[in-house]
Amino acid sequence: MHNLLETVFSHPAVRGGAKIAFCIGFFVLALVPLLVILERRISAFMQNRVGPDRVNLPFINRLGGILPGGLAQPLADAIKLLFKEDIIPSGADKFLYLAGPVLVLVPPALGMIVIPFGSNIGGEPLQVAHLGVGILFTMSVLSVAVYGLAFGGWASNNKWSLIGGMRASAQLVSYELSLGLSILAVLMLSGAMDPKGGTVDPRELVQRQADHGWNIFGGGNPWLLPAGLGGFLLFFISALAENNRLPFDLPECEAELVGGYHTEYSSMKFSLFMMGEFVGMILMCSLMVTLFLGGWSLPPLFGALNGANEWLAGGSILQGLVSVGIFVSKVMVLLLLYIAIRWTLPRFKYTQLMDLGWKRLLPLALANIAYVAVVGVAASGGQP
Amino acid sequence: MLFEWANVLVYLLVSIFFILGSLTLGRILRPHRPTPEKLSTYECGEEAIGTAWIQFNVRFYIIALIFLIFDVEIAVLFPWTTIFKEFKLLALLEILLFVGILVVGFAYVWVKGDLEWLKSIGEVKTGPAPGAPERAD
Repeated sequence: MHNLLETVFSHPAVRGGAKIAFCIGFFVLALVPLLVILERRISAFMQNRVGPDRVNLPFINRLGGILPGGLAQPLADAIKLLFKEDIIPSGADKFLYLAGPVLVLVPPALGMIVIPFGSNIGGEPLQVAHLGVGILFTMSVLSVAVYGLAFGGWASNNKWSLIGGMRASAQLVSYELSLGLSILAVLMLSGAMDPKGGTVDPRELVQRQADHGWNIFGGGNPWLLPAGLGGFLLFFISALAENNRLPFDLPECEAELVGGYHTEYSSMKFSLFMMGEFVGMILMCSLMVTLFLGGWSLPPLFGALNGANEWLAGGSILQGLVSVGIFVSKVMVLLLLYIAIRWTLPRFKYTQLMDLGWKRLLPLALANIAYVAVVGVAASGGQP
Repeated sequence: MLFEWANVLVYLLVSIFFILGSLTLGRILRPHRPTPEKLSTYECGEEAIGTAWIQFNVRFYIIALIFLIFDVEIAVLFPWTTIFKEFKLLALLEILLFVGILVVGFAYVWVKGDLEWLKSIGEVKTGPAPGAPERAD
């Protein structure tokens, strides 16, 4: 039996398939419903309400009070959305109306494939595809998501949707610049302690952080600490705007735009928009963990955890699963921060949003790159 | 490397299959009883006035234009980050020149006021338009 499993899993197609199944099954199909219920329960908690606590899983039914109530709420929501009548407004452009939600959900899901979600199991790295372009692939598919929002807003032939779609496209492109520039800075920063220089390979990025220290703390070079922390803040703010989350949710603000680009969407198509938003959040948090927070590695804290990262990269099934657990818990912490921010801050005005993106974050991101470049050259003596 | 791209293709196909599958399942399960009122465009309960496919503000185009230039810059900078260690000062000076040109353009756009979202349209004339009929009330 054991030998049979080994033979089956020695084939690269089976390994690839297993990783694809885990990536879609866990990061998209399992984490999204969990986030939906978390968001609703946490918002209720922060606003001193009860929140959805009635729909429970059949048979196990809260395990005698251990589990919080309402865990099956997303399942009930999904069934309701599946049975709801789908209304396509008669004035809409049918093809683009369908393309909108698909283009919102597919790109962030596709962006997950270059993220290493664990160290390795038996030498097989836990990353769906090890592409030469690395992080650049995620950047490029992220840009496609703008089309989904713009198509959805325009094709509905509704004034609220159009305003929401236009706002979304202008906001997404504005914040993509500071997002891309802060990624550039961290790629350069990762080369500070390595003779080979910067890298776009996410697996290599995580390995270097495991060896030298997390990029948020300067990747092992104390001079780069401000660039690491500052770059993380820039990335985090831009990521909030890229996901249309409060305080940047102007494209869909319920109070003035009745939902913005998804005003005319109902039933499954609406749920695709919602899933796309949550998968986008998961992708952004995974990127943050990979680029800044050391991926699956533990921080080398004053030598106390020396050897822990070597153990995690050991390659047994247990070591692989623990590394996946560390990665997922870091992502969960960031996601909870996202949710807490959403229910804490009020919404910006559009003029404030544009000012922040173009006049504050973009110059700061450029300055961050210049700082990392100058420190990098100074540290290496400056001679070519 | 090619095998890794096969993973990408399979992943893409699986996610598209999942989306189309859930949409088809919904189509089989859900009712379909359209009425003209249901299919009308939502506009706060009023009859929709005109179409939404209108010319929108030119500011969105300007933002898109500035974005395009900076996005190209980012795409050019990506390979630079990987070889930057090799060429050191030379690479730094070259990229400073390249980014400097773009920053001059950015400063020009900023000074010209294209980054201001709120624009003054000059003094707004109040009172009835010339030639408008006197109001009865």
